[in-house]
Amino acid sequence: MNLHAVKSIYMFEMARTFRTVMQSIISPVISTSLYFVVFGAAIGSRIEQIGGVSYGAFIVPGLIMMSLLTLSISNASFGIYFPKFTGTIYEVLSAPISYGEIVLAYVGAAATKSIMIGLVILATAAFFVDLRIEHPFMMLLFLVLTAVTFSLFGFIIGIWADGFEKLQIVPLLIVMPLAFLGGTFYSIDMLPPVWQTISLGNPVVYLVSGFRWSFIGTSDVNIGISLAMTLFFLVACLAIVAWIFRTGYKLKT
Amino acid sequence: MTAAVSITNLSKTYATGFTALKGVDLEVRKGEIFALLGPNGAGKTTLIGIVCGIVNATGGTVLVSGHDVVSEYRKTRSLIGLVPQEVSIDAFESVWNTVSFSRGLFGKGPNPAHIEKVLKALSLWDKKDEKVLNLSGGMKRRVLIAKALSHEPEILFLDEPTAGVDVELRRDMWEMVRGLRETGVTIILTTHYIEEAEEMADRIGVINHGEIILVEEKRTLMRNLGKKQLRLELLSPVDALPETLAGRGLELADGGATLVYSYDTHGERTGITALLGDLNQAGLRFRDLETRQSSLEEIFVNLVKERA
Repeated sequence: MNLHAVKSIYMFEMARTFRTVMQSIISPVISTSLYFVVFGAAIGSRIEQIGGVSYGAFIVPGLIMMSLLTLSISNASFGIYFPKFTGTIYEVLSAPISYGEIVLAYVGAAATKSIMIGLVILATAAFFVDLRIEHPFMMLLFLVLTAVTFSLFGFIIGIWADGFEKLQIVPLLIVMPLAFLGGTFYSIDMLPPVWQTISLGNPVVYLVSGFRWSFIGTSDVNIGISLAMTLFFLVACLAIVAWIFRTGYKLKT
Repeated sequence: MTAAVSITNLSKTYATGFTALKGVDLEVRKGEIFALLGPNGAGKTTLIGIVCGIVNATGGTVLVSGHDVVSEYRKTRSLIGLVPQEVSIDAFESVWNTVSFSRGLFGKGPNPAHIEKVLKALSLWDKKDEKVLNLSGGMKRRVLIAKALSHEPEILFLDEPTAGVDVELRRDMWEMVRGLRETGVTIILTTHYIEEAEEMADRIGVINHGEIILVEEKRTLMRNLGKKQLRLELLSPVDALPETLAGRGLELADGGATLVYSYDTHGERTGITALLGDLNQAGLRFRDLETRQSSLEEIFVNLVKERA
């Protein structure tokens, strides 16, 4: 195991985060605060309690999840796409480092960054609503699993993309709609039955539901199923990454 | 002694169907400067890419210091430093950070003293805190070399190191490469500048259309393939060669003012003495004479033409 190399890439990626601290950390905090003001305070005050908590508290897990998804994808996809774009990837490819180590370093850094932001958003939320976390350990587990899974997903997009447009298209056309329709701002119980069934095909539903369960102790979907589905996505992403490296897809000719 | 790089029957066909390498065999000795010479698109960069692990080979094997580049990639890659053709470095990093990053990437623990030595040797020391973004093109190229040397490689690949580089930097680079050889580093450089191969290399391999046409000591190459010419400047120009001088391979040049005699420096006899005697008999007087040897460039052009 080339620990020096993993550490070098990881630190390099983290340094990039701190160099762009405004864009990386402050902007998600601001946008989340806006969601709280608009949905939590302005609209939420007219909505009755859901699952025994105020609407503001109800949307906290959803908001964190939504940021976690989009940021994990953008961090990881950009992290691997940019060296491809500038050509500096040659150095990583010619280094005595295994594919597993490359993934560990890039995905590890991207996931670390989104977990940090997730926690910052959680702290921000505490200013707006009364937070209670029923199952702190499960909350952290979901946070980490989701960050890692979607960082892997972002890594795949970053490798697949051969232009900045492609880099944006998946997050914009697929992830954003799934996140909004995944129960971020509502419980899927509120939907007509048909849409409830359709929603069960949306992976984000399981993430948000499981994460929300760790906060308020109740959920749309059974926690066991949520956890199983989250792990399933993780394994699926790992399988794709393994295939990419075995074939050299878009990395090596 | 194990060869620094040993390539056997290496081939590469890209997904587009383009065959970049056709069964290349090549051996580079430890401690030499080897120049791989060939026109653009000959397969030089592909060859380097395979040795360094950036390109997957279609067939054949590559050993670096006796280790296979595929099954023992950790070992072989840690021995190699690569200076790519394109100037691609992270623009927002400082020189010091990007060079230190490379060292770590190649599995070596931090060693500020070594990084300092490399940066000083490349006249980059006073720029160490500068962002790469703010450096000139030549400086960026030096940074690429510093990155390649950061992990103390035994073998250094320089892919077109002086393409688009000014004369001064080119001289500096040559100096540096010679200095590295002194310390025992094997250097493999690709170039399409003959001048560069002629100036630097111990041995030269010529590659064209994915095939190694020949590998030769530079001196042998120049001697074997080098024709010498004797040019005689005549006192008074002539319209045609006298009959007595026909069949000797003589040519008239400069509108009859110069007589050109080509000969092989390796022949038992060059025929110069006899020629001069015959010229005297034919009543041709000359003002001046010079001999010149064909440059590597001429040799190269001839080789590539022959095979085309």
